[in-house]
Amino acid sequence: MELNLTQARDFYKQMLLIRQFEERCVELYSNQKIRGFLHLYSGEEAIAVGIMNALTLEDAVLTTYREHGHALARGISAKSIMAEMFGKVEGCSHGRGGSMHLFDSKTRFYGGSAIVAGALPLAVGMALADKMMKRNRVTVCIFGDGAVAEGEFHESLNLAALWKLPVLFVCENNRYAMGTALKLTESETEIYKKAASYKINSKQIDGMSVIDVAKAALRAVEDMKDGLGPVFLECLTYRFRAHSMFDAELYREKTEVQEWKKKDPLIVFENKLQEMGLWSEIDLKALEEEIKTTVDEAVIFAQNGTLEPIEDLEKFVYSEVSYG
Amino acid sequence: MDNTTTYRDAVREAIRKAMNEDGRVFLMGEDVGHYGGCYAVSMGLLDEFGAERIIDTPLSESAFTGAGIGAALNGMRPIVEIMTVNFSLLALDQIMNNAATLLHMSGGQFNVPLVIRMATGGGKQLAAQHSHSLEGWFAHIPGLKILTPATVQDAYDMVGLALADSDPVLIFENALLYNSKGTLDTNASALAIGKALVHKEGKDITILTYGINLFKALDAVEILQKDAIDAEVIDLRSLRPLDDETIMKSIKKTHKVVIVDDGWKSGSISAEIMARINEQAFYELDAPMARVCTVEVPLPYAKHLEDAAIVQVDKIIEMAKKVMGVS
Repeated sequence: MELNLTQARDFYKQMLLIRQFEERCVELYSNQKIRGFLHLYSGEEAIAVGIMNALTLEDAVLTTYREHGHALARGISAKSIMAEMFGKVEGCSHGRGGSMHLFDSKTRFYGGSAIVAGALPLAVGMALADKMMKRNRVTVCIFGDGAVAEGEFHESLNLAALWKLPVLFVCENNRYAMGTALKLTESETEIYKKAASYKINSKQIDGMSVIDVAKAALRAVEDMKDGLGPVFLECLTYRFRAHSMFDAELYREKTEVQEWKKKDPLIVFENKLQEMGLWSEIDLKALEEEIKTTVDEAVIFAQNGTLEPIEDLEKFVYSEVSYG
Repeated sequence: MDNTTTYRDAVREAIRKAMNEDGRVFLMGEDVGHYGGCYAVSMGLLDEFGAERIIDTPLSESAFTGAGIGAALNGMRPIVEIMTVNFSLLALDQIMNNAATLLHMSGGQFNVPLVIRMATGGGKQLAAQHSHSLEGWFAHIPGLKILTPATVQDAYDMVGLALADSDPVLIFENALLYNSKGTLDTNASALAIGKALVHKEGKDITILTYGINLFKALDAVEILQKDAIDAEVIDLRSLRPLDDETIMKSIKKTHKVVIVDDGWKSGSISAEIMARINEQAFYELDAPMARVCTVEVPLPYAKHLEDAAIVQVDKIIEMAKKVMGVS
């Protein structure tokens, strides 16, 4: 993959947008504008940006409850995501989902699942439908290292491999399932090896490097569209913030967090661009200003949003129109 | 006898018709293909439609049920067969957390037109992990529709009704009914989801039931007639949504009711129906409501014990007489 200036600026901008968006969410949570559970993506931005870059709007995305970054990188507007977290009708899920359940039909973004590994079977079925209908598109399913302990993970990998389905499994291995380290829960901590045992083309990559992720994702999508079956990417990463807003982080050392912060995907990418001689071409000040405006406007949009009338409470339980 | 068919054949015919008419329909589940279906419902369909549309799955209830949801989200009309109701518990995460909630969580953007069929009920000495009746329990969940075909006609019609629906529909087929015979009119227009059916009109007492117990209730009614008790028998057909209108109309006519429920009493569909009658027609009642349910025990293997645990004709007769004040 040859990175040009436009793409470099775009990757950096998207990662910075996710970081700034998440940091603003912390403030808004403290000010009680956002409620419920809030899981932040800071530190893992390279994965969302690298993966989404490989997709077209025809492809489908299913993900977890730590999905603001995936949603932003997929192209869902900061406004509609923020409005969702404010519980407003203008939110991408009409205010019914909140932080953990972002959905968007325009970008084929199928949530936002808060049951660990619960979306993997859905991804298998979506890809099965594409294969049956001979539609040459892929389904991406993103989940964390905690998901590999679930039966649904193994059942789904087996089915995807058995039926040679175009599913890209992306495991964001941030080393902790909530507050329990992977090494305390798994006999095999090299997750990609589990996928390989199902005869899935499987790789472990640096999830802090957007270039590495983007390259692997492009290759994976190409292979899947060539009919080579599922691909599994284990992306080694780290979350810089706590699991959720209710986490005192008793399970990990501050020094470990500091060590990983040296591998901050924004810093790693900046260094890379400096090496390539592209960094000086990027006007960081202007980029930061633009992103600040985007986030500010998202907050204003969310604040000015509409609360759904209570009379509509029982909507969306059954379809009101036939989609037949 | 030419127009009679078995419940099993009726379900198969409905699936075959749907698959012929709509390329989005496919069948997926354990042993549905090469084996022909655990209860032989899909016998022959693999040869007719091929392995791409009659899909044998591994014993991964959660994954293949979830895959059905995913396929439904992505434009297909899947029929997922779960071998027996107890196994559906392995897929409960997918049924409850995904199928029933996706439309709502997405603010109306993503509906799940999925059909799940499963065998239910006791009476075959299959003991405590193959015999239960959990349809009332599933009926607790908003977002699902719960159908309980009793007749051959409904066994046929409900497959089409479920496939035409935009939302997830669960069909509970009593395993003991697969060999039962009845008339089938494939040209008749199907009675909609959510509509109960008055099978026998009567003026003295209402018997509300569903599934296999419809036939036990009809047997009981014949015997009750000898005691000059003219009972009305209603097949609920759909446990979610419930047809409150038909239920209350009958209560207003007979003023007495026995509910025959294949599930356990505590937290059951019969409890729900009693509550609704209490809310909507309490002053129409001339006697306390009564019910016949499965005894609250995991179903035992020994025949005499199983028979004692499940609904029987004599239990219905006894309860109806009690409500009528005759002994």
